[in-house]
Amino acid sequence: MAFRHETLEKNVILLLVLSLLVVTIGGMVEIIPQFFVENTIEHVKGVRPYSPLELAGRNIYIREGCYLCHSQQIRALRDEIERYGHYSLAAESMYDHPFQWGSKRIGPDLARVGGKYSNDWHYAHLRNPQSMVPESLMPRYAFLDETPLSYDRIADDLRTNIAVGVPYTKDDIANAIADVESEANPDADHAALLKRYPKAVVVSKTGPYISEMDALVAYLQMLGTLVDFADTSEEKLDR
Amino acid sequence: MAESAGYVAASAIRYNDDVVKKFVIATMFWGIVGMAVGVFIAAELAWPSLNFWPPYLNFGRIRPVHTSAVIFAFGGSALLGTSFHVVQRTCRARLFGGTALANFIFWGYQFFIVMAALSYVLGFSKSREYAEPEWHLDVWLVIVWVAYLIAFTGTVLRRTEPHIYVANWFYLSFIITIAMLVIVNNLAIPVSIYAAKSYSVFSGAQDALVQWWYGHNAVGFFLTVPFLGMMYYFIPKAANRPIYSYRLSIVHFWSLIFIYIWAGPHHLHWTALPDWTQTVGEAFSVMLWMPSWGGMINGLMTLSGAWDKLRTDPGLRFSVTSVGFYGMATFEGPVMSVRTVNALSHYTDWGIGHVHSGSLGWVAMISFGAIYYLVPNLWGRSGLYSHRLAAWHYWISTLGIVLYISAMWVAGIMEGLMWRAYDTQGFLQYSFIESINAVHPLFIIRWLGGVFFLAGILIMAYNLIMTVRSPRTAARATDISGLPLPAVGD
Repeated sequence: MAFRHETLEKNVILLLVLSLLVVTIGGMVEIIPQFFVENTIEHVKGVRPYSPLELAGRNIYIREGCYLCHSQQIRALRDEIERYGHYSLAAESMYDHPFQWGSKRIGPDLARVGGKYSNDWHYAHLRNPQSMVPESLMPRYAFLDETPLSYDRIADDLRTNIAVGVPYTKDDIANAIADVESEANPDADHAALLKRYPKAVVVSKTGPYISEMDALVAYLQMLGTLVDFADTSEEKLDR
Repeated sequence: MAESAGYVAASAIRYNDDVVKKFVIATMFWGIVGMAVGVFIAAELAWPSLNFWPPYLNFGRIRPVHTSAVIFAFGGSALLGTSFHVVQRTCRARLFGGTALANFIFWGYQFFIVMAALSYVLGFSKSREYAEPEWHLDVWLVIVWVAYLIAFTGTVLRRTEPHIYVANWFYLSFIITIAMLVIVNNLAIPVSIYAAKSYSVFSGAQDALVQWWYGHNAVGFFLTVPFLGMMYYFIPKAANRPIYSYRLSIVHFWSLIFIYIWAGPHHLHWTALPDWTQTVGEAFSVMLWMPSWGGMINGLMTLSGAWDKLRTDPGLRFSVTSVGFYGMATFEGPVMSVRTVNALSHYTDWGIGHVHSGSLGWVAMISFGAIYYLVPNLWGRSGLYSHRLAAWHYWISTLGIVLYISAMWVAGIMEGLMWRAYDTQGFLQYSFIESINAVHPLFIIRWLGGVFFLAGILIMAYNLIMTVRSPRTAARATDISGLPLPAVGD
């Protein structure tokens, strides 16, 4: 018995189910293996969850729509590697819920902006980008400096990250608020913070309170710094 | 198929035109709002001092307002409205669920849009492009969408026509696929039930793939498939010709929806996404050219023997031009999805230009064609208030598109070339900011193109208001029959 398209044209439920089946195939074939194929994410050392202050800064980055003008994904192309640094690894965003790779560059890529400029440069640039780069199209973010960071519930954010698979420990949760205050205070003892979050950058807080800008600078200053490429062989990156 | 007895029976059905009218008005309203915001953010890129009210008017918060307003508010209202019109006419059945369900869908959808726009400005965003609303708004959208699925499918179920007309296949696939895409892409865990903030269940490379599987198919199943449904109804109706090929519409439908879903990874070429996924995405993106042009051919060839109507029917002129732009954009897309080309074009304004040749040229123009057809019909007027104004709208918006997309081609290719340029000593020749300086004049031309397009829709709004305010006449003769003529080979 030959199949006739007319059958589908007379049965809306059949049409609906079949059209849904047809569109599920492509997604399943492409997406599901990403979670099971062993070499989707490189096995490199150094990648860690965000410190509570970095995570708060990252949420400000998301809230302000920074991803609409800045990518965080250095493509494996010669000019990009020379301009921005080693091409981005999947491992470097494995704790990013959600990812911030971006799709358009109205400003430069930020995947490895960490450590490229001083804290002071970032503060001045965020307050008034044109003071650092006269022809920049970037809006001013001075208001971040004037907004105290709300971090009394930051442990809840860490807990939610555990629920989506980020390996924060009980110790991390218990010390979340203390870690925020330590990372935003240049005069504090940072040993415990750096043990939990190696390479975290202490920000040069300037105001009477921890501001949203402090958090954002802490985030920007660690971007792309976690993996030590001098210590990472090419075979490990080969997929 | 349709006999004269059928026409008599059809005239006895009281269609729910009220909800269609509401959606038509919403389409025009959101079109003006969304395009005005677009013009504003284009101006911010040309003159950054326009970011004068931080944080609310900063580019990063307003850009999602523009994309959501034009895609989901303008495009979505056009789709929901035309789908309710088309499904009732082609099934010869009143909308399922009564006026209550129809009004819930209308107001529920408008509420979603207003809340989404407000939330971006106030600083709530999941940062997933074209899916920025936070989790509580996503939940609301899914509720409204299920109601929409019930109303649409219910109407098809109670049809008095034996066949489900081709336009409805496209609308059905749109409704069910968008439901799948929205649910999977927005899977997230809220920080607390009282907090707007949520964290995506996916991370990094997997999250990127899920997002662009969604993002590309928002283009595919929101901005293409249902607008093809619009094409399959309004072009044959306005031209009073059957669809060129019934067989082609079947092949075109199934191949388009099957292939489209695979194309997402071309947004992630050369990134940390595994190479095999990029290759699969690239291959299917190139294949996608064929069903796309199959649909274009079916739409354009329907005009065979009726091309003279382009001189007299301003709505049809928009519809046909939109199919031309559709053909252009669906050729450009596969070209840009080839990795060698993408290495140059990605992250540049070429992408922005490509999107706008599709969204202004195809989505907006086919909607304009449908609305120019619908307004005199729904409000019972003999025709448009002014054909001359409609002609002005046509030419000013076409000129706007040409200015927009040519400026973006030049800007995008210039950026791509400057970023990879080396000097004679082997160093990168330009700093990033030099590429931004170089495209400044093109950003002004792009803004001007947007101004032209916005001026066009304002002319249209005036023309439609005057049409509705003109004296009432009997419904147009063509509207007696709900169905377009049967396709050749049917």
